[in-house]
Amino acid sequence: MLSVLVSNYTYLLTSLLLVIGLYGMIGKRNLAKKLIGLTIFQTAIFLFYIQGATHPGATVPVWDPRWGSSAAQYINPLPHVLILTAIVVSVAIMGVALALLIAIYRCYGTLDEAVLLERMRHS
Amino acid sequence: MNHLPILIPAALLFAAFLIPLAGLWRKNLASAVALTGSGLAAACSMTGLWVVLSEAKLRYRLGGWPQPIGIEYVLDPLAAFVVTVVTFLGFLSLIYFRLSIQHEVPDRFVTAHALALLLLAGLSGMIVTGDLFNLFVFLEIASLSAYALVAIGDQRAPVAAFRYLILGSLGGSFYVLGVGFLYFATGSLNMADVAQRLPAIYDSRAVAAAATLIAVAMALKMGLFPLHLWLPDAYSYAPSAVGGLIPPVMTKVAGYVLIRIFLDVFQPPYLKNHLPIISIIAWLACAGIIFGSIMAIAQNDLRRMLAYSSVSQIAYVGLGLGMAHPLGLVGALLHILNHAFMKGCLFFVAGAIRYRTGWVEISRLKGLGRKMPWTLAAFTVAALSMIGVPPAAGFFSKWYLLIGAIEIGNGWFVAAILLSSLLNAAYFFRVLENVYGDASSNEKEKSQAVDPPLSMLAPILILAGGILALGLLNFVIVAQVLMPIAENFYRG
Repeated sequence: MLSVLVSNYTYLLTSLLLVIGLYGMIGKRNLAKKLIGLTIFQTAIFLFYIQGATHPGATVPVWDPRWGSSAAQYINPLPHVLILTAIVVSVAIMGVALALLIAIYRCYGTLDEAVLLERMRHS
Repeated sequence: MNHLPILIPAALLFAAFLIPLAGLWRKNLASAVALTGSGLAAACSMTGLWVVLSEAKLRYRLGGWPQPIGIEYVLDPLAAFVVTVVTFLGFLSLIYFRLSIQHEVPDRFVTAHALALLLLAGLSGMIVTGDLFNLFVFLEIASLSAYALVAIGDQRAPVAAFRYLILGSLGGSFYVLGVGFLYFATGSLNMADVAQRLPAIYDSRAVAAAATLIAVAMALKMGLFPLHLWLPDAYSYAPSAVGGLIPPVMTKVAGYVLIRIFLDVFQPPYLKNHLPIISIIAWLACAGIIFGSIMAIAQNDLRRMLAYSSVSQIAYVGLGLGMAHPLGLVGALLHILNHAFMKGCLFFVAGAIRYRTGWVEISRLKGLGRKMPWTLAAFTVAALSMIGVPPAAGFFSKWYLLIGAIEIGNGWFVAAILLSSLLNAAYFFRVLENVYGDASSNEKEKSQAVDPPLSMLAPILILAGGILALGLLNFVIVAQVLMPIAENFYRG
């Protein structure tokens, strides 16, 4: 049991982060905290890809005659490249979200979801 | 000819970047560039559909890299069919766009055009790509432009857009997570390659996790009940022109991705023997069809009614996929086409009424039928088609779904389809009764209301005519395009 935990600890930590992010998105009433939850959730996914790319004893994916041309000697570079793209996407999402939050705050003077719904009904 | 798959998103992306530049110089030039870009993309899609049907499917290798290593774009009959629907509807709604945007949000004129083109580029990219991760990038391009387009509506729109953003990005994240599981299980991201490697590891739990995550992701993006919470607000607070652009195509493309990934990558044997996930989708869709229709009856805002009706109609696509039967799939694909035409027409009319009167409440539309005869005649055609009155297109997609449900012997599905037709009739007849009913309570402002200008009326009439034409031509479409696609998937 313990050995399973130890050998899979990266997965466990990733899942923990995923759950924290999901809780932030669903459980929190403040819209800014929902956005923070989304960011944590996305970061957990980045970590999931990155830890899937490594394996014990492997080195940076730059060809070196000392290590030979066996793929097992190198870290898989593809997930890193994918995650670079995903980070760009998540930055764009955050930019749009922050702009929306500013627009909401200017209009209603609050980011609390319950208060916001109340004020939307009366406007 | 081999470049057609890339030309469709490329024309749209290029136009999207040109629009802000053109808009700096002359505002109306932005609209001209948008029309040219989307017209080109629609022409490429139609040529593509023709080529693919008469010859073989087109594959385009990006950067010339061989197939499993590089990204490839694939135009097969399914992709060509859906991309044609999307770009054609996009082109029509851009004709409609100019006056409507100028009327409601004039200071966002150029940005809105650029975002509309980016949205279409993202959607068409999602359809033609043959790479799982590339699909995610296009998905986010389309989603981000959709959030921004919704947000330029009235003052409640940013709140709706933010909720859409949180749930939409959650969907996007689930999708990447699912693709991550698939990638680490198979070592590939190319759809055709993954499909070849999957049967050997069908029993793996990572594959089951991937299937579940992707299904949840796309259900969120589709607004499949009970994950539709973002949809009604986003559709009803967005500018009217955006209402003619996003609802007809956006959720359908998510439905297409669901079909593509489950039938093309995971393939029917996996769904049949290993993970019954599409049956769950079918049951949720069944609930969504009824729920959406009942909620639509309760609305007084015309656009909100149409939004809930979309929740119900997109569920038909889920139901058709979930039946795991060729006829169900034919019904789902035909419904993607028919519903795009019907919802496009209905939202265009809602926008035109708002353009002329400023209202969207159903109870205030009394007597409009005589003031805006062409507009509301088109509305009537689309409404009858939604209900499923035979000569109109909507009848035939429901017909194939119904036959599919009878073939697999599921009485609940049959009941849901029939009941939803009744409920559709209930909420559309309420609108029709108002617009053609007694005009004695006519208010003075309404006497000014006439049919909208030609650039708004033409797309409405084209779609209304299209609904009747599709109804008459549906046998050709089913026999030539859809039946071969469906039989190809369920051959094994």
